[in-house]
This record gives sequence, C-alpha cells and structure tokens, in this order.
Amino acid sequence: MIIAERKPLGEIAMMVAPHEKVTVIGCRSCVAICLAGGEKEVDTLVSAMKLKSMNEGRTQYFDGFVLERQCEKEWVKEVEDKILAADVVLSMSCSLGAQTIGDLYPEKIVVPGLNTAMFGVPEEQGVWSEKCLGCGDCIIHTTGGICPIARCAKSMLNGPCGGSSNGHCEVNLEIECAWYAIYERLKLQDRLDLMDTVRPPKEWSTSHSGGRRVIVREDAKLTPHQIRGKEASL
Amino acid sequence: MKAGSNLEKVLEAGKFAVTAEIGPPQSSNPEPLTHHARMMKGSADAFNLTDNQTAVVRLSSIASAAIIMREDIEPVIQMTCRDRNRIALQSDLLGASAIGVKNVLCLTGDHQTFGNERAAKSVFDFDSVSELYTFDKLRTEGLQSGGTVIDDKPELYLGCAENPFATPYEFRATRLAKKVDSGADFVQTQAIFDMDMFEKWMDEVRSRGLDKKTHILAGVIPMKTAGAARYMKNKVPGMIVPDYIIERMRNASDAKEEGIRLCVEQIETLKTIKGVHGVHVMAVMWEEMVPRIVEMAGLLPRPTVK
Amino acid sequence: MPDREPKIVGFCCEKHGIDSVDLAARSGRQYDSSIRLVRVPCTGRVDGTHLLKALEEGADAVFVLGCLEKNCYYDTGSIEGRKRVAYVKSMLSEVGIEPERVEMFNASSSMSWKFSEIASNMVKVAARLGPIGSRGGGR
Repeated sequence: MIIAERKPLGEIAMMVAPHEKVTVIGCRSCVAICLAGGEKEVDTLVSAMKLKSMNEGRTQYFDGFVLERQCEKEWVKEVEDKILAADVVLSMSCSLGAQTIGDLYPEKIVVPGLNTAMFGVPEEQGVWSEKCLGCGDCIIHTTGGICPIARCAKSMLNGPCGGSSNGHCEVNLEIECAWYAIYERLKLQDRLDLMDTVRPPKEWSTSHSGGRRVIVREDAKLTPHQIRGKEASL
Repeated sequence: MKAGSNLEKVLEAGKFAVTAEIGPPQSSNPEPLTHHARMMKGSADAFNLTDNQTAVVRLSSIASAAIIMREDIEPVIQMTCRDRNRIALQSDLLGASAIGVKNVLCLTGDHQTFGNERAAKSVFDFDSVSELYTFDKLRTEGLQSGGTVIDDKPELYLGCAENPFATPYEFRATRLAKKVDSGADFVQTQAIFDMDMFEKWMDEVRSRGLDKKTHILAGVIPMKTAGAARYMKNKVPGMIVPDYIIERMRNASDAKEEGIRLCVEQIETLKTIKGVHGVHVMAVMWEEMVPRIVEMAGLLPRPTVK
Repeated sequence: MPDREPKIVGFCCEKHGIDSVDLAARSGRQYDSSIRLVRVPCTGRVDGTHLLKALEEGADAVFVLGCLEKNCYYDTGSIEGRKRVAYVKSMLSEVGIEPERVEMFNASSSMSWKFSEIASNMVKVAARLGPIGSRGGGR
C-alpha cells in the first residue's frame, strides 16, 4: 500500500494561513492504515489547527471529513459541497487523493497535509517499510520474493555491494541488506544458483524513466454508448 | 593485449604488480595531483584516481587522469554508477579512451548519504557488474548498451573491486566470478587486515579457478594511528580489523612507523599467497608514504615490460 | 486578561486512577473545584482527540491519570496513555502551544496524597498559562 506521513504542523499551518475556510479531507484507505490520514488523524489535526488559530487570536474555520478512497472520483464527489464551500482544501490523503480533488475541481486550491513516502507494508505496529519502487518490470521470482530494486539502496542486481555489514545495509545499519536477505532466502529454498546468474543492465523504460505511465485496458473502458447511458441515468 | 597499458603488460608478464591510489582535490587546483604524481612516480605501475570517493565532490577522475598523464604516469580511472546513467558512463568512457586512458575500474560506488551532497538524486542505473558487462561489450564488439554498434572500439583494460569481508562471506567469491564473467581483467580488493579471512576467500577463488582468469591485486591501507584502526573496524561498513592490530597500533611508541611496518608485513604475507598477483596501496591522505612502503616491501624498482 | 477560574479536565481510569481520587476524598483531602474529572475505562482508551478536544472546548490544562505502569489493571493501558500524551504534547509544541498544558500521571489506589498533589500542580500550571490565546500566542 501507499505509505505517507503527516507533514509538520507548522508547514501545514503555513500552507493554509492565507485562507479562512479550510476543509480537511482524509482517506480511509492506505493512509488510514499507516495512521497518517484516517478518521483519528483528521480529528486530531483539525483540533490542533483550531487550537493554533485560537492561540493566535485569529478566525479560521476548520472542518474535517473522511472519504472511503480519495483517489477515486466517485468518492470525492460525495463531499463536493464541502469542497466548493472551502477557500482551501487540505488533503490528508496521499498525493493521489489530493491530485484527484485538484483535477476534479481545478479552481480550488488543494494543499497536501501528508508527505507521500513510498510503496510499503506495515512491519509491526508503528513501523512501515518500503518494498517496491513500481519499476514496471517485476523480477522477484528470481530474487527469492525480495525486491532488490526497492530494498537495496543502490538498486543492485548482482548481489550485495561491499558495504553489506553483518547482513545490514551500509546506508543504515539498522536496516537489513536486501541482497543478504535474498541470499539467505534462496539458500533456504535451495535455489542459490540464481545468485550466480549475471543480470545484464536493467530495462528502466518501464519505470518512470520512460516517462509518465498510463495503463489502458480497452476491454475495461466504457464504450461511447455506455458512457451516454451512464450520463442519462444521472 | 587488450589495451596495452603498463599495468596490463606487468600483469600479463606475470610480474607482481603495484597500484596506488591518488585522491583528487576538492578544488579545481591541479597542483596537488601534479605534486603527488611527481612524488609517487616510479613507485607503482599505475595509479588509481578515485571518483568522488565517499560521495564527496572532487575534481573528476578523468580530468585528474589527464593531469597526471602530463607527468608521464599511468592512470586507472575509477568510474562509479552512483552519479551517471548509462548514457553518461559510456560517453565518459569514450572520452577517457580518447585522451589515452586505458585502465578503468568499474564500481557501483559509495552511497551519497556518506558524502557532502546528501540531497543528491542517486542514479544507480547500472551496478558494477552491469557496468563491466557493458564496457566489455563496447571494447570487444563496439556494442553500446542501447544496441548501437560503433566503429572505433575503445581499447580498455577493465578492473573491478571486491570485498572479501562483506556479508554474506560465502557469496563473495561468486560475486567475483560474476565480475570476471562480465569482463574484469583485474580486481583490487578492499583493504585486508584479517589475513586468515582473506586466505579463506582466496581458497574459494582458487578452487573456482578465478585466479587464472583475472589478476587479483590485494588491497592494503597504512594506518597512522590506533584511532584510525578503530574507526575502520567500527565505522566503515564491510571492513574487518582484528583487535590484535588495534592493540599493536596502540602499544607502539611511534604509531606512524608501526603503521608503515604493519603495512609492509602485510604486503610480504600477501606476496606469498598463491593467486595474488599484486598489491593495491591505498594511503588515503598519506600518499607521500607510498614510495617508502613499496621500497621496504622489496618491490622496487618497478619492472619495465616491453 | 479577564479574571477567570482556571478550567482543568482530568481523564481518570476507573481502576487505580479513580480509586486514588476516592481514597483522597475519603481521607479528607480536598481538591480544587476547577477540576472536572472524566471517567474512562482505561487510559489506554484515551485518544489524542479527547485531549485536544478538551483544550479546544476551553480547558486550560488537561491531564490523564492512570494506574502505575507496572501495576496497570489492563497490563499496558497506562503505557498507551503515556505515549498518546507525549504525542499530543509534541503536536502542541508544533502549533506553538505550551506542551505542559497536558500531562500524564500514574497512581495506585493506595496513594491518597497523590491526587491532591496532581490537582494543585495542574491548577498552578493553568493559572500561570491562562486560557489558550489569552497572551496573544504566537503572534
């Protein structure tokens, strides 16, 4: 899932400072799981921001809502009136949610309350770690199910670098060395031969390096006829 | 002969080779390079120019090579994958070859979190193995990684680094094998302090016949203080410094002299290990000691191979 | 600044927390009338929102009173409470409000003196700081 982290309150306050009516919108999907932008986080943020304006003796209105999934237009439209009524929308979702609102209501100023950090997983309560970079060409079947592109600081393809120290990464000795982990996993699976293969340069064109990616599934797209029908039913 | 560099000639003639490292300055003043080149001339067969070592911005390794070549000494340029994608790596390689550089050391590179530009976007389009693979195709087939075939192939003697002391230990010889398969003509190892461990790695290397396919240059670092030894043990990931070495440095009445003696002893031992074809002296910030160390180790004068 | 009684809200767990308050009362100890107590099943149930809401609604200071950490009725509830209080304190600092307006305390049911001590401390803090915004805050 997408892992995000709340921005410092000072930074959020700066972004909303010029505006009077602030609509805060959270999301019940990934960012709720990573405790950044769910119901509770929206509540506490709204309270903290209200306290700040109170303390500074200014009038600023904060109103908080939480959507099922902020990156989908249908859900965003549920709070259309709240968005239209606001001077600024403070999105407590990942940047995808914030951008969905912005794209739907281009005249509205949308500011991010969270820093979208990574594709990751909850490791234990309160700990999230990065495990995928979205390179568009998954190879984990050859690396024991562990992604070296995301989990190695240097995205190495041919085994651990010379900084792998007691199974830890030279960049952060608290973090495991991805290739050490791959080696151990393949050893366990009796597939160490996969470590011997020379992997030629990676094709990065499937990643962001190939330009912004858009995936189209013709079979899933609505036909003009279906679109007309949908519009008629609204 | 692949490139006909002095280093290649010495190694292919079966002589025990010596390479040494020169760290380019942080400014645009070429004087320190010229100074080191003059001072160290004749003490090694070729000199490594580091590529923004530990991710600290320095005068470029290729420009440094051009500068020391004016002093008639042979460079080994280090090229890391940290700062350049495949376009820049191949372009710089062609450029280096055009100005007469023949020895190239392929490295993944220290991560930029170690250096003075932590806000940098890392590249790592290649790792050292894919870099070797690409450079080897370029010199043998004139084939660029994107598929373009060029007429004038660069003449290169390709090297790599390997660290026998990084984990998992039992994979380290395999990793060297991958580099050799990808075109490494020589390898310079991480600094060796733990001889037993190095010998174990060499056993594995020999059992795979890698010492016959590539030239292994064993890395050494002369130390100035016991503190430096402790620092390397505790703070440099992938480095092993046994306690008895730290003890010896600490108990010495003259630590600098002890450091030199230790380094010379290490070279003496390394000379006796089967499959070791040379040494690589990394006297970081202590380059002036290289001629003395090489002399004390009985490796002077350096051979001239036609 | 208009003269005004300080307002303090205390969230007390209904185990050792409330028991220590009861014992204080039964031993004849008095506490300031500016303190309103909210019974909660466990301080682990107290969320950051509750503390911030109390401040938002006009409390000058808020505290949480739970069991001793090593003797918590629900084992780890008062540890949770402590962590939430710490988090709220950090949020307050970020928005320029004195973090000492929010505190965590622990007591066992037999510590009759503890509650009056907590109460008088919080009254002092509230009186010193006054209502939020009364001093022009961050401006």
